[in-house]
Amino acid sequence: MSDGVAPIVPGTAAPVTVPARMPTDWQTASRQTRIRRRYAAEARFRLMGLFAVVMSAGFLAILLFTMISNGIGGFAQTRIALPIDFPRAGLTLDQARLKGPGADLALAGAGLPEATQAAAIVAYGPDGDKLLSDGAWLRVRDQVKANPALLRGRATLWVPAADTIDIAAKHDGAPADEAIVAKLKAMGALSTGFNAFFLTASDSTDPTMAGIWGALKGSIFTMVVTLLIAFPVGVLSALYLEEYATRNRFTDLIEVSINNLAAVPSIIFGLLGLAVFLNTFHLPRSAALVGGLTLALMTMPVIVIASRNAIKAVPPSIRDAALGVGASPIQVVFHHVLPLALPGILTGTIIGMARALGETAPLLMIGMRAFISAPPDRLSDPATVLPVQIFLWSDQVNRGFVEKTSAAIIVLLVFLLAMNGVAIYLRNKFETRW
Amino acid sequence: MSILVLSFLVVGLGLIAWLTARMRAAGFRRATGARFSSLPSHHGAFVALWTVLPAALFLAVWATASPALVTDRVLTDPAAAQLPPPGFERAALLSEAREIAAGKSFGEPTPLAAKLAPAYADAQSHYDWIGSGVALLLAFACGAWAFTRVRPDFRARSKIERVIMALLLAASLIAILTTLGIVVSLLFESIRFFQMVPIGQFLFGTHWSPQVIDARDPGASLGALPLFWGTFFIGAVIAMIVAIPFGLMSAIYLTQYAHPRARAWMKPIIEVLAGVPTVVYGYFAALTVAPLVRDFAVSIGVSWASSESALAAGLVMGIMIIPFVSSMADDSIAAVPTAMRDGSLAMGATQSETIRRVLLPAALPGVVGGVLLAVSRAIGETMIVVMAASGVATLTLNPFASATTVTKQIVDLLTGEAEFDSPKTLAAFALGLTLFVVTLLLNIVALTVVKRYREAYE
Repeated sequence: MSDGVAPIVPGTAAPVTVPARMPTDWQTASRQTRIRRRYAAEARFRLMGLFAVVMSAGFLAILLFTMISNGIGGFAQTRIALPIDFPRAGLTLDQARLKGPGADLALAGAGLPEATQAAAIVAYGPDGDKLLSDGAWLRVRDQVKANPALLRGRATLWVPAADTIDIAAKHDGAPADEAIVAKLKAMGALSTGFNAFFLTASDSTDPTMAGIWGALKGSIFTMVVTLLIAFPVGVLSALYLEEYATRNRFTDLIEVSINNLAAVPSIIFGLLGLAVFLNTFHLPRSAALVGGLTLALMTMPVIVIASRNAIKAVPPSIRDAALGVGASPIQVVFHHVLPLALPGILTGTIIGMARALGETAPLLMIGMRAFISAPPDRLSDPATVLPVQIFLWSDQVNRGFVEKTSAAIIVLLVFLLAMNGVAIYLRNKFETRW
Repeated sequence: MSILVLSFLVVGLGLIAWLTARMRAAGFRRATGARFSSLPSHHGAFVALWTVLPAALFLAVWATASPALVTDRVLTDPAAAQLPPPGFERAALLSEAREIAAGKSFGEPTPLAAKLAPAYADAQSHYDWIGSGVALLLAFACGAWAFTRVRPDFRARSKIERVIMALLLAASLIAILTTLGIVVSLLFESIRFFQMVPIGQFLFGTHWSPQVIDARDPGASLGALPLFWGTFFIGAVIAMIVAIPFGLMSAIYLTQYAHPRARAWMKPIIEVLAGVPTVVYGYFAALTVAPLVRDFAVSIGVSWASSESALAAGLVMGIMIIPFVSSMADDSIAAVPTAMRDGSLAMGATQSETIRRVLLPAALPGVVGGVLLAVSRAIGETMIVVMAASGVATLTLNPFASATTVTKQIVDLLTGEAEFDSPKTLAAFALGLTLFVVTLLLNIVALTVVKRYREAYE
């Protein structure tokens, strides 16, 4: 009773009369409209929330729909039937060389490109050779290689059409091309099939011959370098920070750097790669090696942060038990903590790698935007990667590249989806709740 | 011998060292039957490390030092007297000679380079033999010395663990080195730039046209103010006008209204938006959104609307940012104590009144921090603006006009065919430094706000 309020004891004082507040009458018209208004506001608010969610998902759906509807044609190829009379095509060919590694060269040297053009002119008139893709003879070559018996007689082969015909057949091209397509269709000389070039060829100036294999191989090389550097460095520094480091100014500095690096715009890493790897260490320009190093610096903080969370989740009792039976601090961490944290670390690594796989800007800085028509064989060869290939194709004026760009985007998205799927699977399968 | 073959040899020696030391240590156990502090594999690893590490260190140093040594030796050759004075031409001749010596040259060689090639091959093999000899000797000697230390009472394990600790520390140093590398390389090039162009002229100049740079006064066409405005306008205004309402309202709906099962489905779907590569957004912006925006502008009477408008890039960037705002808002709303929400509901407030009057004011610092992080993300975003925004720098408030950003200009400046020392390329580093500083400040402010706010409710 420190605040001096005397207890009210019945009988000792007159009851204090408080003016009684009338209970609210919810049935009056003004109350009812007020409640209706409030409920209407509630419904509106809720609807706005639903609208935001649906719209966000809708944006994603529109994005995917645009890419798929534009890109699906990139996997298809318009083909033209080409009758070739091989014995009269003037091929100077030694049958024996068709077997073995020299076959490609032998067929190219034997005048097959010219023979293919001549056959087109015979079949479709003086402009017949313009109906075929520049790569048409490659298809003839492959078919001859698979079946040398073709060389002994007349044969009708399906070869890829030129890009103008391709566009006219799939969408709406120039009126002249449309007329040709209609004529070819009437002759039954037009068909569509799966475009194998797209998955096996590299960049080309002719959209009917352009493929993503070179870029895909470059991406794989780059990702291997990134993984080999970022994974060990990221996991080891996470182990150090989480398990051994004493808190002092120095470890604070490491921590601050890692958190800041995770938020630095990716293009800054490109500038770093340009200034350090290219201008200081003189590593080769536009090589998968430099791209991988640059992306490794960018991915490492992501892996460190994910790994630290995974290591933090391992309960201390595991460490205490291991220490209790006489393990050294190194043995505790490498025999017990690390294996238990590994699923979480791997999930974080895959997500970081997926981000690196889709990254474009830093790679443009280190010169990976050149036109490269052969897939790289070594880490130091000039290479390009899938996202950069998409960027390069999106700049092309030729209309045939629109569907190639979208098709390449579909391939990239499939890879990203697969990686994220694996990450989610790993998390669900191995996640332990302690 | 190439470095690769040599590395394999050294690793092979290490493997042999590991096996022999392990066998020897296993012998102790059999002979005495006692238990020691170190297992045979610890002894093996100790000797293997001593075999491999010094040789590997030597090889690393040698790989960087030997080209200079080789060149020095070539220059003592009589044919080298005819070389031009130091400069670009001389370096080109020397590198051509090196290519010929390595058998990698194509086409007709320059006579002088062809004359120098044998000297090059000679010097190369000379130093190759020295390097290989020293590396193998080092591996052998250090391995042998370590092998003599393998005794029953030798604590190999603690030595190994010390090496592992050093490795861990070195790994965590890489983060500091990267940060340092960014700061130093940006600063270094920017200082060189600011020696040519006054810093005030760069930051506050309003004329940006790097295509035509007057050599006497490069600063006159390198005023970056329009870029800063364009970046702010696209990333912090237009993108946020899209991202904040959609992100915030989705977060509110998913945390407060949605059925748990719907939430389990919708949240990952919205987060996919953050996982789509930016080059895909850029293509979407350039191919689909930009023409739509232009047509819309023309239909409302803006006949001069740019097909590379600020609006198209900003809209798509906003869509990309939605999941960031949404997940930050989600976290901050979840951090508001349930008692506040329950109290408000118990007083008879409707759910939307609770959200608007209680939850949002309480979560505001967290939401603001999240928005700042999203802004820092948006102004550092590159591919969308590279593909959808224009290269023309204008100070404009009109969303249908063309605007350019810092990141777009960095890409344009560095992918041209300019010499590295020109003000044009160095300007890219000055822009990079500005971008780095601004995003860093935004992140620090945002994280401090978020942290304070979390502490307030803990």
